[in-house]
Amino acid sequence: MRALMLILRKDLRQRLRDGTLLIYAVALPLGMAFLLNLVMGGSAQRLDARYGVVGLPAFTERVLRPMEAAGRVRLRQVASAEEGRELTGRGELDAVFAGSPGPSSVANLPPAETTDPASPGATDPVSPGTTGPASIEVIGSVDAPVAVQVARELAESYAAAERGERLALAVAGAGPRAVPELRALPEPIRVRQDASLSVRQLDTGTYHAAGTAVFFLFFAVLICVSGIFAERASGMLARIMAAPVRGPVVMAAKLLGGALTALIGMVILVVASSLLLGARWGDPAGVAALVAAVVLAATGLMAAVATFARTAEQAANWQSVAATALGIAGGAFFPVGQLGGLAVLSQASPHHWFLEGLADLRGGGSVALPVAVLLGFAAVGIPVALARLGRVARA
Amino acid sequence: MPVLEVVGLRKSYKDRLVVDGVGFAVREGETYGLLGPNGAGKTTTISMVVGVLARDAGEVRIAGRPHDTAGRATKSLIGYVPQELAVYPDLTARENLRFFAGLYGIRGSEARRRIGEVLEIVGLADRAGEAAGKYSGGMSRRLNIGIGLLNRPRLLVLDEPTAGVDPQSRTSILDSVRRLAGDGTAVLYTTHYMEEAQRLCDRVGIIDHGRMLAEGRPDELGAPDLEAAFLQLTGRELRD
Repeated sequence: MRALMLILRKDLRQRLRDGTLLIYAVALPLGMAFLLNLVMGGSAQRLDARYGVVGLPAFTERVLRPMEAAGRVRLRQVASAEEGRELTGRGELDAVFAGSPGPSSVANLPPAETTDPASPGATDPVSPGTTGPASIEVIGSVDAPVAVQVARELAESYAAAERGERLALAVAGAGPRAVPELRALPEPIRVRQDASLSVRQLDTGTYHAAGTAVFFLFFAVLICVSGIFAERASGMLARIMAAPVRGPVVMAAKLLGGALTALIGMVILVVASSLLLGARWGDPAGVAALVAAVVLAATGLMAAVATFARTAEQAANWQSVAATALGIAGGAFFPVGQLGGLAVLSQASPHHWFLEGLADLRGGGSVALPVAVLLGFAAVGIPVALARLGRVARA
Repeated sequence: MPVLEVVGLRKSYKDRLVVDGVGFAVREGETYGLLGPNGAGKTTTISMVVGVLARDAGEVRIAGRPHDTAGRATKSLIGYVPQELAVYPDLTARENLRFFAGLYGIRGSEARRRIGEVLEIVGLADRAGEAAGKYSGGMSRRLNIGIGLLNRPRLLVLDEPTAGVDPQSRTSILDSVRRLAGDGTAVLYTTHYMEEAQRLCDRVGIIDHGRMLAEGRPDELGAPDLEAAFLQLTGRELRD
């Protein structure tokens, strides 16, 4: 036990001095979580788009002004579509809605009047006598894909609503003056969110903090496990094995060093991401169980993979491939649904079960199953690693 | 009674026989040179002697006691200096020594005393607080040897301890080995420098292709000098 603690203390001191712990277990994951949160989180959670609008007073009042009032968009009037292109090209606006005139009706209705846009029955201006439908052109900035996509969806929804209204008017044989009455009718269909889903879904900040933390956790373990091969190459491992210390104790200390490095990194990340990124990890006891289980799983799997390599470089390469593949398959960077048919592979990734456990915690459920699966990974990996590491030491 | 007795040592990797019935003995206060070209089986033999590598057959005895990879009591009688610079560059010399002292069960004031002694022997007392990674090649070699002396071994195994060091450090290392042998330590020494072996070793064994080809005092091997005897026995064919 003394030898184990001695090797463990020495390894941790080394990891601190060579910066491994700081870089792989703290700086990289925290930095990446911050960036992902900035790039993806901001758009998904708090849309803050800069939109311009050319004409389209009714669309502006019915759709854009309420969003502006809610702080989701910043609006600016633009004189023409050409100016809109210039502004989006220079990055001053994310998207511009440019209206172009057309007949007011697709159902032989009389032309719509240009009315006060603030009035309830307002429609967008059309010019009698023009041919082809009225249109809303969405001019987008290449640097703001999410804001542009939202702009397109807004325009599509508005157009669909307009089409619906006109169809209703046409069927009823009513004119545009019946529009306020039509709008006063109750909504025929209301889209409702699955409450349990939204409760279980991690918010963007937490998702990216947890995803990057568990992704780099594997790399922190990788560094420590690769250290065994480096010590073998430097003759250090032979020197330690020549001392009156049992071989399995040496290997157990090495694996424990990797696990502790990863654990320390995860604890720092949980605290730092909560304070700096507003991540909400959930019930501390559940999070602690998940973190401990995923650290053991990572240690076992990475060490087991490494033992099949012949050199430190080969071990590091194989572990990197395994860590990256498991991370992507497990949804560390994007939801696994985006993998299509390959999403089933996520079940074989500890990353998936860790994130699943956090989602369960968010939904008020138990983490028993994710923890059990993660411990299963550890139960397979650690014995394989310990059995094969003896060969590594003697090679 | 010899401090080290090796009898009929054999080791093979898959179908390749690397050490084939090697045997020798090293007595107290004796410096024994195990010589051979690259790939002759020296390092494999040494790995089995220090208990890092399991043997296929044969016997190793340390101070009369059977010794193998699990022999904790016999391992504590051996000081091992691998040919690589087996020191932690991120740790200071003192921290390196303290770590290995701990592995040999040397703690507290005894550890401090022995670390101080070793630092004096290898001439690093005034730089003991510096990270080993900042040391010159010679200083690192001396620290490498110092770690092997911490447990005051009855058998000191030195695998090419002077490779790549300047004449000053080499002289210092050889003087230390002589002093230790003079104090009764049995020394098993490997080197590629025949002139060094001739000056330092009481007896040498020349091995090639895993077999002991000749053994005796350097001046007993029937050639003008040790290098000539070595080339006569092992040939001039390049090995690497």
